[in-house]
Amino acid sequence: MPIPTTDPRTDDLGDLPLDAVTDAALSRARELGAVHADVRVERTASRALRLSDGRVQTAHTGEDVGLAVRVVVAAGAHHSTWGFAAGTDVSADAAARLASAAVDVAAVTAPVNTEPVELADEPVHQGTWISSYAVDPLDVPERDQVGLLAELSGRLLRADGVRHADASMLAVKEVKFYADLAGTRTAQRRVRMQAELQAMWIDDESGRFESMRTLAPPAGRGWEWMTGGDGCWDWDREIAELPGLLLEKATAPSVAAGTYDLVIDPSNLWLTIHESIGHATELDRALGYEANYAGTTFATFDRLGNLQYGSPVMHVTGDRTAEHGLATVGWDDDGVAAQTWDLVRDGVLVGYQLDRRMARLQGLGRSNGCAFADAPHHMPLQRMANVSLQPAAGGPSTDELIAGVDDGIYVVGDNSWSIDMQRYNFQFTGQRFYRIRDGHLAGQLRDVAYQANTVDFWNAMDAVGGPQTYVLGGAFNCGKGQPAQVAPVSHGCPTARFRGIRVLNTTAEGHR
Amino acid sequence: MTPQEVAERALALSRTDGCIVLVDDSTSANLRWAGNTLTTNGVTEGRTLTVLAFDGARLGAVSRTRVTADAIEATVRAAEDAAAESEPEDDAAPLITPAESVSASWEEPAERTSIGVFERFAPALRDAFGAAGAAGHSLYGYAEHELTTTYLASSTGLRLRHPQPHGRLELTARTPNGDRSSWTGQGTRDFRDVDIAAHARVLAQRLDWSRRRLELPAGRYETLLPPSAVGDLMVYAYWSMTALDAVEGRTAFRKPGGGTRIGERLAELPLRLYSDPEMSGLQAAPFIAAGASSRRVSAFDNGLPLRSTDWIRDGELTALVQTRHSAGITGQPVTAQVGNLGLEAAGSQASLDEMVATTQRGLLLTCLWYVRMVDPQTLLVTGLTRDGVFLVEGGEVAGAVTNFRFNESPLDVLARATEAGRAEPTLPREFGDYFTRTRMAPLRVPDFNMSSVSPAS
Repeated sequence: MPIPTTDPRTDDLGDLPLDAVTDAALSRARELGAVHADVRVERTASRALRLSDGRVQTAHTGEDVGLAVRVVVAAGAHHSTWGFAAGTDVSADAAARLASAAVDVAAVTAPVNTEPVELADEPVHQGTWISSYAVDPLDVPERDQVGLLAELSGRLLRADGVRHADASMLAVKEVKFYADLAGTRTAQRRVRMQAELQAMWIDDESGRFESMRTLAPPAGRGWEWMTGGDGCWDWDREIAELPGLLLEKATAPSVAAGTYDLVIDPSNLWLTIHESIGHATELDRALGYEANYAGTTFATFDRLGNLQYGSPVMHVTGDRTAEHGLATVGWDDDGVAAQTWDLVRDGVLVGYQLDRRMARLQGLGRSNGCAFADAPHHMPLQRMANVSLQPAAGGPSTDELIAGVDDGIYVVGDNSWSIDMQRYNFQFTGQRFYRIRDGHLAGQLRDVAYQANTVDFWNAMDAVGGPQTYVLGGAFNCGKGQPAQVAPVSHGCPTARFRGIRVLNTTAEGHR
Repeated sequence: MTPQEVAERALALSRTDGCIVLVDDSTSANLRWAGNTLTTNGVTEGRTLTVLAFDGARLGAVSRTRVTADAIEATVRAAEDAAAESEPEDDAAPLITPAESVSASWEEPAERTSIGVFERFAPALRDAFGAAGAAGHSLYGYAEHELTTTYLASSTGLRLRHPQPHGRLELTARTPNGDRSSWTGQGTRDFRDVDIAAHARVLAQRLDWSRRRLELPAGRYETLLPPSAVGDLMVYAYWSMTALDAVEGRTAFRKPGGGTRIGERLAELPLRLYSDPEMSGLQAAPFIAAGASSRRVSAFDNGLPLRSTDWIRDGELTALVQTRHSAGITGQPVTAQVGNLGLEAAGSQASLDEMVATTQRGLLLTCLWYVRMVDPQTLLVTGLTRDGVFLVEGGEVAGAVTNFRFNESPLDVLARATEAGRAEPTLPREFGDYFTRTRMAPLRVPDFNMSSVSPAS
């Protein structure tokens, strides 16, 4: 795939005085006593489209440009403390003013700080990096994008049983420049696309309705994700299949609540990985930084190396390097180069996701590069890497996994999700649920949710599929932090099989 | 340039039939802490320019945050290009004129906040850290204050301004091993009404209640939902009360056979769910300022005055969120969304403590978490209890029990509630990021569905 090779510094940020801003911010911070200072200049362009029954409901194009200065200051008798200031004026004067403001913030808040802020060492980096995409979606005329979504919606609306068709698209081009007092200077451009179509069936007399949407995941790709080719999504196939699948679901029997073996497709399992492994292996949660908001984790630091997180077939990696991954970068927002590492190996917890401060605090050596801020006006936090369940070399196909189930359910596509604040108790639904009897699919079910405790669930995984079943899923909207930030993240996984999982009937759950 | 100058410049550059310009000037300050120490902080300032270009029934919407003189014209032209490329909008309508709108203080400058808003709060927080440490527990939390002044100018002559303060405090207390925790929160306009010592006393009382641990299995329990928990459930219901979705049969507010459930009795109690831009202490924008259209709001309605609206009155559904477009379809009045929400019951004066005192056996919750839709047909949502679930026996708190996962519909909660207490301003724990201005009554639900036990603490 051809990758645009222009320099983000000149092609995307060429109208901004990067050198002057960097010099002004860092020199002012140094003058005011900062022991660390970094400056970020960001330009994020986005386009959001929503269509209902082929008609545009929402069309918005935005550009967020800003400048942030972050410092670590040792103020008087107090511990070294963070200070952060951000604005939308990208000029040398503004940079110097923000550096002063960041130092002021550190001074005001230092008396409330009882732990020194120290950062793990990182080599100095200088360079540019561009994510793997072919066509900038912000360069494609909005008319063409609306036209494609309307055409796909029209195909759904012409199918039997489809009353409504909704379509949406979000395209993002994110450009970041980073510089710090140590001498790192990096610039990177990331492009990502998300699109989905949903078909709805309605029974007028009873008022009952069912919906089903496409399984296409968001991806670190450009507009080519919508137009096909070279590993991109086959929209034609999925749009052709969706109405029939929806009709089958609408007339499917309601599930009998109970305990079932589950074979879970990557289109559903990525979200379970995200919630029960991705968030649970964030070190800031283990250290309590998110106790008031996103929560903590059962995978506490004392269990590193000894927690039997799952069965021996469980191998989970963290990375910021996977091609087309939504969390893939050249460098993180601490100036740390992208890496790959193990989180769970042979079922045992062996790693966390880190930023430079936590890596130093816990004596873990170098950060593995998980600092990220979703906008120039937000301070970087430890955010999720691409967290992926690895397939078994030479492992089974999805059909072979299903063949090993006498009485179970095959789960396809994500839908509702919820998990507790220590990442124990979760509940998920999906797009499609197929009854498995004697190793074969036996039609769809509806009203299904599965519910489990994280450690029980992953220890109940008795087989993972081979590389031929592996799919990179993910989300644009992982939430964390106060002020709240959203981060894009991918999760790859094969199809996997779980024994004896609790299944609820969602209609029965709501009845009294 | 002042925000007014930016807006006037953009309008002067406009070449389309109609144009609406929104300028949002924002400043914010925040503090975050964990384990009795500060973790992050910051101050921000920013300006967002949004240009809505109307070319007949066509609309183009473009926003930018770096608002230089060159960027103003670029934004106007980009919006005009987007309008020229678009198809006519279903919700197209004449733009609002000054005669239809409210008067506002257009000439006033943007209001600003700074780190100084925490001048009295920060020392009090430091004292609270000391007290918590001495008592053997730690504090975690977040304080933020934002001031956004919105300027709306239109080619029809509208010149509207609205300053919106937004503040909140969240405070969690945890014991060193995490086996006991509690939470309080508060929305605020300026932090002058924040008494962190009072919050700390509430936390200490609840941590003390948690010293006695009791075991309870999953099941249906009489449950006292405090205002924060009610707020999260009602906010979710409010977000689902979109008239266009209901009339198309897509939500729990549809009527089998067609139409909406407006006019249907949803609750036995005389409950009132309402919004009011003038709600005391929880004031919200008095006019629509929308940067884009959706099924819930129309960009063509920008500048439309917002009024007090009862969504549910005396237990009966009386309105859904309408645009002028959807009102034309449903035949209902235009009842646009407002940025606050209240739930109250006529004549209810019991405090939550008084409701506890009249409970023979039931659960008292602290707040809800991770609330997500399970079934839109019934508005069934799932979620967790968080930071303190207490068993009440004989009118007193007997001890703390485990957390639970629940599966419930906010509509069923309203239908089954047997008592509503005195409404008070509250911060919804789950949706406080998006919706801080709520005033909610505590509710007693005789059979709340605790679907499974959560070992989280």
